[in-house]
Amino acid sequence: MKLAVCINHVPDTAAKINIAAGGMNIDKTGVTYIISPYDEFAIEECLRLKEKNGGDVTVISLGGDTHKESLRKALAMGVDKAVLLKDENVRDSFAVARGLADYLKDISPDIVFFGKQSVDYDDGAVGVMVAEMLGLPSVSVVVKLDVTGGKAVAEREIEGGREILETTLPAVFTAQKGLNEPRYPSLKGIMAAKSKPIEERTLPAFSGKVTLVQMQKPPAKPAGRIVGTDASAVPELVRLLHEEAKVI
Amino acid sequence: MKILVFAEQRENKFKKPAFEAVRAARGIADQLSGEVVGLVIGGQVRSIAPTLGGYGAHSVCVAEDARLASYSPTAYARIIADVVQAQQATIVILPATAMGKDLAPRVAVKLDAGLVADCVVLKVEGGEIVATRPVYAGKVLTDVKVASALKVFTLRPNVFSTGESSGAAAPVETVSPDATDQELACVVKDVKQSLGKLDVAEADIIVTGGRGMKGPEHFGLIEELAQVLGGAVGASRAVVDAGWRPHDEQVGQTGKTVSPSLYVAVAVSGAIQHLAGMSSSKYIVAVNKDKDAPIFQAATYGIVGDAFEIVPALTAEVTKLLGKS
Repeated sequence: MKLAVCINHVPDTAAKINIAAGGMNIDKTGVTYIISPYDEFAIEECLRLKEKNGGDVTVISLGGDTHKESLRKALAMGVDKAVLLKDENVRDSFAVARGLADYLKDISPDIVFFGKQSVDYDDGAVGVMVAEMLGLPSVSVVVKLDVTGGKAVAEREIEGGREILETTLPAVFTAQKGLNEPRYPSLKGIMAAKSKPIEERTLPAFSGKVTLVQMQKPPAKPAGRIVGTDASAVPELVRLLHEEAKVI
Repeated sequence: MKILVFAEQRENKFKKPAFEAVRAARGIADQLSGEVVGLVIGGQVRSIAPTLGGYGAHSVCVAEDARLASYSPTAYARIIADVVQAQQATIVILPATAMGKDLAPRVAVKLDAGLVADCVVLKVEGGEIVATRPVYAGKVLTDVKVASALKVFTLRPNVFSTGESSGAAAPVETVSPDATDQELACVVKDVKQSLGKLDVAEADIIVTGGRGMKGPEHFGLIEELAQVLGGAVGASRAVVDAGWRPHDEQVGQTGKTVSPSLYVAVAVSGAIQHLAGMSSSKYIVAVNKDKDAPIFQAATYGIVGDAFEIVPALTAEVTKLLGKS
């Protein structure tokens, strides 16, 4: 089975994000970068599919040189091959999808996995865009996947429950938390990853379709108020919710 | 100009975000001297289609086929793109529901259109649409414009209002779906509802329990308060990771992003990732023993105290209030 997983290299979710002067980028000073958390479920699922069905797993990331850090982590988890599609100036989801689709169409994977959304831009679009560009079916926000022969049955999260979809392969899936428990790289895996090559390709500049006007901090909220320090404050709280906030 | 709005229906009933999307589209269309065309896809949806008129649709296209009673990402996306082109619409709006978020990227690629997902504001400036959307889990807001001729926007549910329906019935146009077997090879076979439970993603009131609840056996207090308020039960990541509550209740950066009118955070410390999931709630109440818990920075109202004392008292007081009125 030929498996491909696409990952992004993003600020740690615990990071405090500040906007750089000019209002067009974030200030990267002191920000730790990690594999986007949903992508870890995608990597893990590919490794499990390989363990069950044989084959190989290629991890791909589109971005600057720093993405190699996350590619190495994926190699340490056990993926076979890593590819950096070099683009120092990533524009939008459409441009990312174009670059990934261009690479993927040449390797004809049976399954391409993504995280359901990248926790920097939170578009949740790249995976399904790539599916469309490759002319493949897709199931997004997958919490359970069963693959047999050339078919897959996937469970995905929807409001108030789950949908179960059937699809033929090849197909694209995007991973939701709960799909699996990602493994920790073993020490052996980490050491081996150091000498696994990362293929690099430089992309032509794909223009994006969405332009940034400005970044801003969310509006500051007025300071809240502590209504009290025990159950005696409850009637006042309920009064405020009813008369002031008018939410109950 | 024309705006096409994909109006999501499930079981032949419109989802509220579909009405929000139609109303928002009408607001934009009015500023650009345009029209709003709704689109409904399903098995037996013709009878509900005219109701979109009450929320501002000038007309509605209906693509009906028994085989489309179940959602198919590939078939639905192709039908949307076809109708956009037949109608010569330049803007496509979908609710950012599970279905809308799944369809929008395919539709954008089919139309070679820029996609702005999960918008919280849509405005017209200098004859152009400027959309605001949160990034970095809501820590930053971005204002963006779409450079391509065709544009696709998805709208975060429960942010745009539906307004009151005027009761107007929009004229309906039938569209031949022409769904192919190949498209329908990727299709929903079954839907499992979480019985008797309101999903946090659709609730206007949420009561979330955190690790300070000390164990799954104490969540009955949270459930009771949620029930009396008519809201959903939410959970922090710690509580889900500990196995006390199911993942579909998790609110936060790796859970669901919610924007209810009222969010009650009980025994939740307020880590950045949790706040990212609920900070756009209209009113936030925090109950926590620790006066320095970060949750109090985000809360509109707070009580510093023991949740095991305060939550039952809250339930009783709300019951009293609602009993009276």
